[in-house]
Amino acid sequence: MSAYRWFGRGWLTGGYLFLYIPILMLVLFSFNSSRQDMIWTGFTLHWYAALLDDQEIMQGFVLSMKIATMAATTSVLLGTLAAFVLDNYRQFKGRSLFQGMVSAPLVMPEVIIGLSLLLMFVLMEKLFGFPQRGLMTLWLGHALLGMAYATVVVESRLREMSKSLTEAAMDLGCKPYQVFSLVTLPNITQALASAWLLTFTLSLDDVVVSAFLSGPGYSTMPIIIFSRARLGLDPRVNAIAAITIAVVSAGVVAWSLHIARTERLRQKQISAAFQAELLS
Amino acid sequence: MEKYFKNVLTLRSLSGRNFVIGIPYLWLMVFALVPFFIVLKLSMSEMEVGNAFGTLLSAEDGVVLLKIKVSNYLFILEDKLYVLTYLSSIKYAAITTACCLFIGYPFAYFMAREKAAIRTTLMMLVMLPFWTSFLLRIYAWKGILATNGVLNQLLLGAGIIDVPLHMMHTPFSLMIGMVYTYLPFMILPLYTNLSKMDIRFIEAAADLGSTPWQTFWRITVPLSKSGIIAGAMLVFIPCVGEYVIPELLGGPETLMIGHVLWDEFFTNNDWPMASAVTILVILLILIPIGIFNKYQSEQRVGQA
Repeated sequence: MSAYRWFGRGWLTGGYLFLYIPILMLVLFSFNSSRQDMIWTGFTLHWYAALLDDQEIMQGFVLSMKIATMAATTSVLLGTLAAFVLDNYRQFKGRSLFQGMVSAPLVMPEVIIGLSLLLMFVLMEKLFGFPQRGLMTLWLGHALLGMAYATVVVESRLREMSKSLTEAAMDLGCKPYQVFSLVTLPNITQALASAWLLTFTLSLDDVVVSAFLSGPGYSTMPIIIFSRARLGLDPRVNAIAAITIAVVSAGVVAWSLHIARTERLRQKQISAAFQAELLS
Repeated sequence: MEKYFKNVLTLRSLSGRNFVIGIPYLWLMVFALVPFFIVLKLSMSEMEVGNAFGTLLSAEDGVVLLKIKVSNYLFILEDKLYVLTYLSSIKYAAITTACCLFIGYPFAYFMAREKAAIRTTLMMLVMLPFWTSFLLRIYAWKGILATNGVLNQLLLGAGIIDVPLHMMHTPFSLMIGMVYTYLPFMILPLYTNLSKMDIRFIEAAADLGSTPWQTFWRITVPLSKSGIIAGAMLVFIPCVGEYVIPELLGGPETLMIGHVLWDEFFTNNDWPMASAVTILVILLILIPIGIFNKYQSEQRVGQA
């Protein structure tokens, strides 16, 4: 192997070590018996047990899961609509404004999104007595953030999709809503699932927007982790990390295997169809 | 105008198309546009006890008065601390972008030159950390860089240093955290660009007698310009307003605008000032985006 190849391999290895060592450390030290220090003193599962007894974290976890589910679902619904509008309607009044508003949350710092949404909610509460800071405001904020990402994911899939499919359906007499539900939707299910998972993860991980929008009694898990991490090291946080990492890696691996399999199956079907066509 | 209103008011406006456009449009108006105008308005009012939103429009003797105060902006621009904070936010974002480019470009380059079979796996491995909590990954660095942390123990054990290094809560730990978090955002567009590059250009350069090093600088790098710009934007923009990383890994020297904004709002309770800071940050971010968009549309014109 040439020096060039060695250098390339070395650079890649270094990069991956940089990306993965912190994650490995998190998992490793979740099994460490020492409370404060990052010095290995022995193996224990104590912190996992302590996690179950930690009322604050358990409540935060339940709340975060609830919000993430609600927000991801809302984001995907709205994001799909927005992506459909952007892909399907090339010209309408205020299209560029629409596009700008959709992607604004992608570029604005979260501190700004959180602050401006909070100001609006406070004003709304003053004028209409609604909504109270808590579940509702967290849900709306996360849904707005997630919608931007969902739109990007769904729109790129829609753009890949051949227009001739929908045109054929229309030629055959489908009504617009039938075209959408019978042709477009089945073609983008994978993108919808990816978008849902992505927005779910984003919501589950969000600190800043949540900190602005949560009210008393509504501390999400990231808010709790953040306030503990500020104070110092807490092995229970490592235990949470290890669990998250295990779940996520299993999920991502399963998901990519599933995608690879369906792709193979599709290719097989396509070539089989071509062959049948050639034989006839 | 009259015709427009007639159109809106007739049943035509209830057609499927308007309905489909209308729902996300309305949602975005309420949750993306209105908050911006509230912030803009608030930034031009004064802090008032009891009435946090101040009064911008008021009616006196039947005349509607528009009160616009630029005092918040003047205060920010004259105050050394604010100006320094803006500058240091830009500085740290720029350093992060440069470091990400330095590490990420060769990384993406070598990744794109690997065999197609393993490239997908390599890409997935870059994306995988993104799916695990960002907050927890930042937290991990606290344990690594602490005075009695993993890195110091390692260096002490190897005999490289005699006294533990002070790394936490310094610009160094902040930079590590930022580069670590945003590196995948640099690698991704670069990899997409480099893996699509027409290999014939490189072969042609080699045939014409250029050394690999010359080929790299005179062919590969110029061809990947759009990837570099996209990556730099994806890193620089979120870095300017970053809050969590400086809060966990930064120290007293690492002033960032996100922190000032947070403090102004939560600690000082000065909402108008926080709003003015917000508007200035938005301007700060819109400038690079504007340049980027201009560059992109020029590219499109050039290609056509």
